[in-house]
Amino acid sequence: MIDKTVLKRLTEIVGKENVFDQKSDRITHSYDATGRSYLPDVVVYAGSAAEVSEVMKVANRYLIPVLPRGAGSGFTGGTLPVQGGIVLVLTRMDRILAIDTENLVAVVEPGVVTAELQRQVEKQGLFYPPDPASKEFCTMGGNVAECAGGPRCVKYGVTKDYIMGLEVVTPTGEIIRTGGKTLKNVVGYDLTKLFVGSEGTLGIVTRIVVKLLPKPEAKKTMLVQFSTIDGAARGVSEIIRAKIIPTTLEFLDASTIDCIRDISPVPLPEECRAILLIEVDGDREIIEKQAVRIMEVLQPLSVLDTRIAENAEESEEIWQVRRSVSSSMRKINPDKFNEDIVVPRSRVPDMIRALENLSREYGVPIVNFGHAGDGNIHVNVMVDLREEGMEEKVHNVMEDIFRTAVELEGSISGEHGIGISKMDYMGMEVSEITMRYMEKIKESFDPNNILNPGKIFQKPIAAEGAL
Amino acid sequence: MSRNKSLKDFEEQIRKCVHCGACQAHCPAYLAEKREGSVARGKIALAAALLDGRDNLEKRLQQDISMCLMCGSCVTKCPNQVPTDEIVGAIRREITDEKGLSLVGRSVSAFIGNRPLLKAAVKSTAALSSLALKKVPESSGLRLRFPAPIMKNRTLPEIPAKNLYDLFPEFIQGNGEKPLIGFFAGCSIGFLYPQIGAAMIRILRKMGYSVFLPRGQQCCGIPALSAGNGRLVERLADKNRDCFAGQDLAHIITCCASCNGGIKEYYSTMEGNFTEFTGKVIDFTVFLKKEGLIEKLAGMEKWPNRKRVTYHDPCHMKKQGIIREPREILRALPNVEFVEMEGASECCGLGGTFSVYHYETSKKIGSRKIPGLMQSGAELLATGCPGCIMQLQDVINHSAVGVRAVHLLDLINEVSGW
Repeated sequence: MIDKTVLKRLTEIVGKENVFDQKSDRITHSYDATGRSYLPDVVVYAGSAAEVSEVMKVANRYLIPVLPRGAGSGFTGGTLPVQGGIVLVLTRMDRILAIDTENLVAVVEPGVVTAELQRQVEKQGLFYPPDPASKEFCTMGGNVAECAGGPRCVKYGVTKDYIMGLEVVTPTGEIIRTGGKTLKNVVGYDLTKLFVGSEGTLGIVTRIVVKLLPKPEAKKTMLVQFSTIDGAARGVSEIIRAKIIPTTLEFLDASTIDCIRDISPVPLPEECRAILLIEVDGDREIIEKQAVRIMEVLQPLSVLDTRIAENAEESEEIWQVRRSVSSSMRKINPDKFNEDIVVPRSRVPDMIRALENLSREYGVPIVNFGHAGDGNIHVNVMVDLREEGMEEKVHNVMEDIFRTAVELEGSISGEHGIGISKMDYMGMEVSEITMRYMEKIKESFDPNNILNPGKIFQKPIAAEGAL
Repeated sequence: MSRNKSLKDFEEQIRKCVHCGACQAHCPAYLAEKREGSVARGKIALAAALLDGRDNLEKRLQQDISMCLMCGSCVTKCPNQVPTDEIVGAIRREITDEKGLSLVGRSVSAFIGNRPLLKAAVKSTAALSSLALKKVPESSGLRLRFPAPIMKNRTLPEIPAKNLYDLFPEFIQGNGEKPLIGFFAGCSIGFLYPQIGAAMIRILRKMGYSVFLPRGQQCCGIPALSAGNGRLVERLADKNRDCFAGQDLAHIITCCASCNGGIKEYYSTMEGNFTEFTGKVIDFTVFLKKEGLIEKLAGMEKWPNRKRVTYHDPCHMKKQGIIREPREILRALPNVEFVEMEGASECCGLGGTFSVYHYETSKKIGSRKIPGLMQSGAELLATGCPGCIMQLQDVINHSAVGVRAVHLLDLINEVSGW
């Protein structure tokens, strides 16, 4: 329960209509996309950096945890109030403040939905590339906090490559600015990069300056079916070897294809064991050439069928194949554990083979798809938790998956972050001493440890109200 | 015993929500308010809490549950197709049963059956005279949609002196060669916009059909459903089924998307035998396409001074996948120059009784359509739902755009010689 005095202060800061402390309010702000939930004590919808700053000062004075929250669509529990406290929602701050066509930058508030920013800049012939699967509802603030990726990152890079400057409210309630509108800036430490991907533990972003690109003239989408996963994996290397970096290079493995065969708009015969979904963008003549060249290098591999979209509708149909994956997987089992490991591009075939072995060894279905072009594989362990001993089995299989990824010189998270979901595995990748440096940074920013405590490398102190 | 589904009946579907948040991109109430309590995912979390027997879920739960237009936009986009609209309906029925109150603490049932209360509510609006309202049946959903004093800025159509049932007999003879078609008019067309119904009847007769317009037909039940009055929905559904029974009907036609949705999407979820009735119900655009009218219209010479018209997708047509047919009609019409508008498929904000309780939010939702409408340069905004017409015209009136909201049938009715 929240103290009356604190409630009164919060109400003074943001207004009565933006403070919610009824039981049902706490329930509707207790979860994210991880499927776990923890009750906060109070929910505050802030309307400006000044309000966020005041809330932080109150929180410091009374030592109350604060959880910044956007759409609450994260996969690792970044917005979960594991130690209760104040959930601070930023969706009201959803203005696009500027689209600067001369300097190719946009300035946005953290509650702006990613796809909305993309729509607005594209109207002006510009382009904001990062495209997480949840772009229609996730927010820019959340993208910055988790350093979101997406299928287009093969060619264009991830969120951190597009963040030029930030306004941040620090854990102690000061307002600082980092970076700016210029491409070059070496005045002091690069704090901008430090905040990107810090999972809401170092500060609350209240304004974001993003880099834009000219919008590519056209794009071309291709779908190639292979009779072996090796063919598809070699295909990825061959395309890169041909000095083509496609915008997107997605793959679906055999178990994924089995899930979508019935609902796919494109016919997928039994012998199809892997799919590459390839998209190139740029000037019309160039992409025509690239498409031809890609087909040439793939031809000697175990290709069953190729489909090149000739118009927007056909391209949409190909993407529909990829989009139908997520919802079709529940057919296998009710509970999904999805992880987003990443390995160097050339190790993708090794990783896939290892995953197949683990699936056999543990007797659990593992469905894999994702961004082959940058080695980022979405691994989905599909189980029924009602089965005896399944919890433990899942934990063990996860551990083996992460260990394999690290052994192949990869990483345990490409886009989703650590939050609370991957805490136990962080030590596989990051040494004690490196971890200590991270802790020192956290301590110096947040001496009272109230901003998103119990995440990444801090074990949460069990709070009441865990549901 | 209620024949409607209870919250318990949805348990399995409620557990299917994985809280991914995809509904945020499609829920009109969320897009206007940006509050987690108003989005489908939030309501499902509350439904789960209710099932788990959490008590003391106080007033805000009712408020959050009232923040739903039951438009179904979230359902079609949900990766697991969780039927939030139906679940919200079930919660509203439970709240109403338990508290005997509507979601904003006013008794909806009383609103339906209580003339003095109704009169008091209606007196405050100049557009409506209680005299005119006397012509509307007690159980009509219009009474639920009619403004309480809190909506004093709402602009409404005048209630015409003669309703559809004054204008037409129960049986309207065709040329005798074609079968009988039942016409489910609904309240809005029956009492507020009888000219739309008249246009429907005229077109059916022109095709040679005889029309059956039973006097016993009632409100479809959507407003009552939206208000959580399950018993009333049962009563209306039974009466509607029974008054069309006993006639050999090829189809039962609707030209109100909400009525069509109310019947086709909801009746079969109740206990009772509705399948034969709901199976016959068909939206007028689907029917006209089947009849080959689109080809006939397309073959006509285009008028020299055509009106520029754009289209709004009613949620209840969109939910049933009726998206192409209305556009094909507009493209074919010789008196129309069709332009697509941005945001055509976004909800107008009416949502059954939603706009009565949340007029400001309802206006905000509707006003999201204005930029796209202005950009289209259209002078008419056509649609297939009189409820949407009422709401859109109100939104347009408040935004000072010189556009008129019309029914597709108004436009078809202008054309002769097919």
